[in-house]
Amino acid sequence: MTRTDHGSTTSALLEDLRGSLPPHTLVTDPSERDTYACDGLAAYRVRPGLVVLVDTAEQVATTVQACARHRVPFVARGSGTGLSGGALPHADGVLIVTSRLRTLHEVRAEDQRAVVDPGVINLEVSKAANPLGYYFAPDPSSQQICSIGGNVAENSGGAHCLKYGFTAGHVLSLDVVTPDGETVTLGTEAPDAPGYDLLGAFVGSEGTLGVATRATLRLTRLPEEVRTCLAGFASTDEAGGATSAIIADGIVPAAIEIMDALAIEAAEEAVSCGYPEGAGAVLVVELDGPAVEVAQELERVQRICADHGCFEFRAAEDAAERAEIWKGRKSAFAAVGRISPDYIVQDGVVPRTSLPEVLREMGRISRERGVRVANVFHAGDGNLHPLVLFDASEDGATERAEEVSGMILDLCIEHGGSITGEHGVGADKARYMPRMFSDEDLDTMQLVRCAFDPEHLANPGKIYPTPRMCGERPRLVHSADEAADPGAGALVF
Amino acid sequence: MSVEGALSGVCAVRPAEVQEDVDGVRPEVVARPVSTQETSALMRACSTHGLRVVVRGHGSKLAWGAPPERVDVVLETTGMDGLVEHSRGDLIATAGAGMPLARLQQQLGPHQLVVDDLASGRGRDGQGSTLGGAIATNLSGARRLWAGPLRDLVIGMRVVLADGTVAKAGGKVVKNVAGYDLAKLLTGSYGTLAVITEATVRLHPVPEATRWVRAPIPPSGLAPALRHVIDSQLVPHAVEVHATPAGEASVGVCFGGTADGTRARADTLAAELQEWAGGTVEVETVEDAETDDRPAPTSPLTDRPTLVRTTSRLSGIPELVAVATGHGMTVTGSAGVGVLRATLPEDTAAQAVAEAVQALRETSARLGGSTVVLDAPPSVKPRLDLWGPVPGLALMRRVKAEFDPGRLLAPGRFVGGL
Repeated sequence: MTRTDHGSTTSALLEDLRGSLPPHTLVTDPSERDTYACDGLAAYRVRPGLVVLVDTAEQVATTVQACARHRVPFVARGSGTGLSGGALPHADGVLIVTSRLRTLHEVRAEDQRAVVDPGVINLEVSKAANPLGYYFAPDPSSQQICSIGGNVAENSGGAHCLKYGFTAGHVLSLDVVTPDGETVTLGTEAPDAPGYDLLGAFVGSEGTLGVATRATLRLTRLPEEVRTCLAGFASTDEAGGATSAIIADGIVPAAIEIMDALAIEAAEEAVSCGYPEGAGAVLVVELDGPAVEVAQELERVQRICADHGCFEFRAAEDAAERAEIWKGRKSAFAAVGRISPDYIVQDGVVPRTSLPEVLREMGRISRERGVRVANVFHAGDGNLHPLVLFDASEDGATERAEEVSGMILDLCIEHGGSITGEHGVGADKARYMPRMFSDEDLDTMQLVRCAFDPEHLANPGKIYPTPRMCGERPRLVHSADEAADPGAGALVF
Repeated sequence: MSVEGALSGVCAVRPAEVQEDVDGVRPEVVARPVSTQETSALMRACSTHGLRVVVRGHGSKLAWGAPPERVDVVLETTGMDGLVEHSRGDLIATAGAGMPLARLQQQLGPHQLVVDDLASGRGRDGQGSTLGGAIATNLSGARRLWAGPLRDLVIGMRVVLADGTVAKAGGKVVKNVAGYDLAKLLTGSYGTLAVITEATVRLHPVPEATRWVRAPIPPSGLAPALRHVIDSQLVPHAVEVHATPAGEASVGVCFGGTADGTRARADTLAAELQEWAGGTVEVETVEDAETDDRPAPTSPLTDRPTLVRTTSRLSGIPELVAVATGHGMTVTGSAGVGVLRATLPEDTAAQAVAEAVQALRETSARLGGSTVVLDAPPSVKPRLDLWGPVPGLALMRRVKAEFDPGRLLAPGRFVGGL
């Protein structure tokens, strides 16, 4: 089947953009456009109508203005590492690729700030700040390739957000091209800018409120000491119990991660990480801060792990040993590809105290449905990353895996959690939003959408299963005209 | 039909008393819903009859912002003051908007919502802020350096829109990116977008030990001393600066953690600060982390000074302090995050207040920040530009128009006369 390429709307837009953008920024060749058909979630593929590889923030504004004129949808894309299809293109729309906007404008230790373009790679910010004793705290697993613009869109987390918080807490100000093509600055370099916290609403809005073209980031002082330890347990139940006990003891580790037997098996095959033999679960705990206190906390963590049935405990003595411990954890997603041809990554969250019960339930579902599920997760904040394994070449396997995925998300919602902790809703989980939120909740969120993007041009079809028609009022309220005249109400006083 | 008649049967409603003015604007009635459902019914009735509503907890910061254009109904949240949930293992708590911050802290035992009540001892019966009031004004004090501002600690909310729609935002897990973060949008919105009836907050464990290091620092030493503290790896929970027009200045640094650890860090810093100190550097152990003897921004209960929030990039703080004190202001605030509160006595002439605000505004804008007048005496306030330039104001107007098209909620109180 062949699609008619470039509908009339896109053609008119293309003509318009040819007049205002350099030729090399416009990608029209179908096979070239195909290379942008998906992001990190390859299960969804759509060839974009047009790709614009912008060189400057002004070109972002020019492109968005043209989209607004022609009422053509646009999708912003950074490095394309997202796992929820948030940067899935629109077939009749424009894909704005920001990866060439790579200037790191400033790193100022005295202000603990960095000013960067959206295409700058997450890890590059820390590399630039490290010599001055600072780093950028949000560290998604993809930090070697993911972009700051993508981090902003997804409100990215990472292993260390348990202690240091998500991207939203580390962005002070953004230049944003809104869906009508205006460039506005949200926030100031200092916190507490006057007015509504539009910056807070924008971070994590998955590209549905506009495109960030410059970010002012908060840098964090490198800790005096970092200690990482690895504890082997017979089961995830025990590892989960140890996690709760560590937190209940008043310790806030920089990270607490759990891997179950299947995830350990995959990691061993892939990178020979040498985790404790026979472990049904391993717990990775990282502590950082002032040296005296880190040493004391490490002793407490070791004692708590022993109390919860840990049979082997190792603490890294140097950076090389620390990297060795993290190697297995960081390779886990890719490693699972070695033990299963296909897999679905979920990102549900449960209250930490529900972890043992939820993990048992997941085990039951997995056994009953005959679908293997590997677990690698941020235990400290209850953020599960179940990897649902399947072989798409088997009859019905994909459907069964998707069903199990959905059941896991339902389990998270039943326990008061969330369908996504850091990967975003994107195209992939929009259909689950009504399980977590009522129509009123979703309509209320979309009031923000209507304020920014009444025409639904910015990344349409993501997050919300049913777009709210802007201007539609679910209930009768006084019109603005009446409100302007205090005497015009229905009441006479 | 009277306002009371229009709201009859919806929830408890009584005529407003003389002293219940909202910054000089007289409400007709005070309504006291005891649940989200009653709040919804009340807002539906107010929407039907075009009644303007100002939300009040204890009223400790009710005068912050501009006076509302008109108030028919004061919606008092004190009927929704229960602790709904405290999950110790999850370090979260859910409480009604009318829950007093002080009582919340008592009930949380070994945990705490890290927010320093800047209106402690003020408001009705001197009870300080409620949870809802703190959220509405994004109240964030000294220890925000450690735990973040309140906007980062609110993880979920139940709200009632102007038309009575009940919606929830966020949830009860800290890590959650499903949908827009409406809790952030509503934090600091001064009751102009929706009525918050319940909030879920992230808690922190109360540290085993808390210590403050306080050093008198002459103004000339402020910049290098602050630079040193901010760049240290001692992980302070607060870095405060205090300065007066008389030329006195001091730096206060708070450490939380284990007894040994905080003692070691406090002693280390105390020794280091000697280099710039103009007197004895004190190390003080605070038994109860919640009792914090920082000078209150407004000391006597009846006093109503001009209260200004002024911000800058970290390296700009010494200059901002100098400009403020040079205009007769007393300054307290977080040098570690770049947010200060400056006050001028109640009897300062309006012209002098306006000049001080203007000077701070120019300086803070040049240094990457902003200056906002939170409150001022009634004779002074009308003569001030309270908010200054507001980037993104056009978008804010559109947000307000979507949430509250009839402008029922505190009309005129917030930026740009929203």
